[in-house]
Amino acid sequence: MNRYTWRTAGLEAVMIAVALVFAFPVYVLVSMALRAEGDDSSPIALPNSPTFANFGDAWQRAGLGPAIGNSLMVTAGSVVLIVALAAMAAYPLARSTRRWSKSVFAVFMLGLLLPFQLALIPLYQTMRDLGILGNPLALIVFYTGLQLPFSVFMYTGFLRSLDPGYEEAARMDGAGPVRAFFSVVFPLMRPITGTVVILNVIFVWNDFLTPLLYLSGSGRQTIPVALFGFIGQYVSQWPMVFAGLIIGVIPVLIAYFAMQKRIIQGFAGGLKG
Amino acid sequence: MATVATTPSPQKHDRPPQPPPRGRGPRARSGAPWWFVLPALAFFAFTVLVPSVQGGWFAFTDWDGISPVKHFVGLDQFRKLLDDTAARDAVVTTLLAAVAITIVQNTIGLLLALGVNSRIKSRNVLRVFFFAPAVITPVVTAYLWKYLYAPDGALNSLLGAVGLDGWKQDWLGDPDLALWSVVAVVIWQFSGYSMVIFLAGLQSIPGEIYEAAAIDGAGPVRRFWYVVRPMLAPAITINLMLSVIGGLKLFDQVWVMTQGGPGGATDTLSTVIYKQAFQFNQYAYSTAIAVILTVFVIVISSVQYRYLSRQERNSA
Repeated sequence: MNRYTWRTAGLEAVMIAVALVFAFPVYVLVSMALRAEGDDSSPIALPNSPTFANFGDAWQRAGLGPAIGNSLMVTAGSVVLIVALAAMAAYPLARSTRRWSKSVFAVFMLGLLLPFQLALIPLYQTMRDLGILGNPLALIVFYTGLQLPFSVFMYTGFLRSLDPGYEEAARMDGAGPVRAFFSVVFPLMRPITGTVVILNVIFVWNDFLTPLLYLSGSGRQTIPVALFGFIGQYVSQWPMVFAGLIIGVIPVLIAYFAMQKRIIQGFAGGLKG
Repeated sequence: MATVATTPSPQKHDRPPQPPPRGRGPRARSGAPWWFVLPALAFFAFTVLVPSVQGGWFAFTDWDGISPVKHFVGLDQFRKLLDDTAARDAVVTTLLAAVAITIVQNTIGLLLALGVNSRIKSRNVLRVFFFAPAVITPVVTAYLWKYLYAPDGALNSLLGAVGLDGWKQDWLGDPDLALWSVVAVVIWQFSGYSMVIFLAGLQSIPGEIYEAAAIDGAGPVRRFWYVVRPMLAPAITINLMLSVIGGLKLFDQVWVMTQGGPGGATDTLSTVIYKQAFQFNQYAYSTAIAVILTVFVIVISSVQYRYLSRQERNSA
C-alpha cells in the first residue's frame, strides 16, 4: 500500500493532465497579456514577440493604482474588525452554556442563510441617509457585519475544542477576564485566525456587487469595479485588458500563496465541529 | 462562501470533562465576559438583521426608492411576480443553475480530492493549484471566459486545432447554451473549493481503517463506498450546502458574461433583483423577489440539512 507503483504513476499522469485542462484559461490569459499590438496569431498560440508594455498601459489607463489603494484599505479595515469582533464574540459563546448564549449563536447562524440581496437595498437607503455612501467606510461596515456569522462560527468551533485550563490558570494568577482573553486565549487561537484572515481577504478583495452599488459615482473604486469599468471602456483591446486583469488579481494571489496551508487545516478543524 | 454546517450541535463534542459546576454556573467559572458579543452583534444587526427585516417589509409596500412615502399594498408585489414571465423564468434558471453546479462541482471536487489524497508526488503542488481559481476575482475569471467563449475565441480555436470543427458553438450567444456555459465557469472556478473541504474530510480518516479494509480483501470501489463515504459525511453536508446556497445567489459571473442575456436566458434571481431596483427603480418589487430568493435559500437548505444530518447519523 505504501509504495509508488505503476498505478500510482498512472494516476499521477491523469492528475497532471487534468491540471493542464484547468490551467488552459490561465494560459490564454497570460499569453494574451504578453502580446504585442498587431499580433493577430491564433488565441491559443504563443505570442510572436512577447512584451510587457500592456501592463504599463493598463496600469495608467485603468487607474489601477488608486483602486488597489482603496481595495487594500477596505480589505485590511474589514479583516481587522472581523477578526477582533468575531474572536471576542466567540469567547462567551463557546464558554457559556446559558440559554442566551445559545440563542445569540443561533441568531449569528441565521446570518449564514439570509441572502444579502434582501438587506442590500434597505441598507443602501440607510447608508445614503447617513451620508456614508461612496465612502470606503460604508464597505468596511458592510463586510464586517456580513462576514461575522461565518467567522464567529469558525472561532466558536475552535474555542470549544480548546482546553479552558489555560485561561483558568491565567485567572488564578490574578489576570482579569479581559486580560485573560487578550494575553492567553487570543494568541492560542492563532491557527484559526489565519484561516479566518485568508478566507475573508479572498472574499472582500473579490466582491463586486457591493462596491458597484455603494461606491458608484464616487470616483473611488475597488479593484473588481475598476476592472469592470476598464473592460467596458477598452472592450476590443484584449491584450491590455488582460494585463489589467492580471495586475488586479496579483495581490490576492500573493496573500493566497503565503497562507494556503491555513485553508485546508482550517476546514479540517471546522469539520470536527 | 460562508455557511459551514448551519446548525451544528454545540453540546456534542464540547469541552473536556470538567468538575461539576460550583456557585452560579459556567459563567462564574470560565469568566468569559458576556458583553464581548455586543460589538459583533451591533455590526451584524446594523448590516444584516435590521435591513433584512426592512427588506421583508418593503416587499409589502409600493415604495419606489425615492419618495419617502410607502403604502402597505399587501401581496400586490408578489401577485405581480406571478404575472411576470421574466421573473418566473429567472426562478427556473436559478434552480437549474444551482442543481447543476451542486452536482457537477461536488463530483469533480471529490474526484480531485481522492486524486490529491493519494501517494502521487505532485499532490502538494496540485492541491494549491486546483484551489487557486477560487481565489481569483470572479469578475476576472468571468471576463476571461467571455473571451474564451467568443465565436472566434480560444475555445473554438482549440476545437478547430484538434479537428473538431463541428463542435464549435456560439457559447454565450445561443440561448439554449448560454446558461450552461456560465455554469461551467462557476464549476471550473469552485471545484477546487469543494476539493479542499473533501480533502479535509479524507485526511480525518485514520489510515489503519482503510488498510484493514484492504487486508480484508475490499477493492477500491468497496473501500470507498463502505469506509470512505460514511466518514466523509460531514464534508459532504458542508459542500452540498455551500454549493446550493452559492448557486442560488449566482450573480457576478452572469453579470459580467451576459448581463442576463441573450433574451433573458441567463437571468437569475440576483440579476433580476439588481435590474428591478437599480435600472427600473422598482424597489419594492425588487425586495419582493429578494424575499422569494430568501425563502428558497432557507427552505432548500433546511430540508437539505435535515436530510443530510440524518444520513450522517445513519452512517456513523
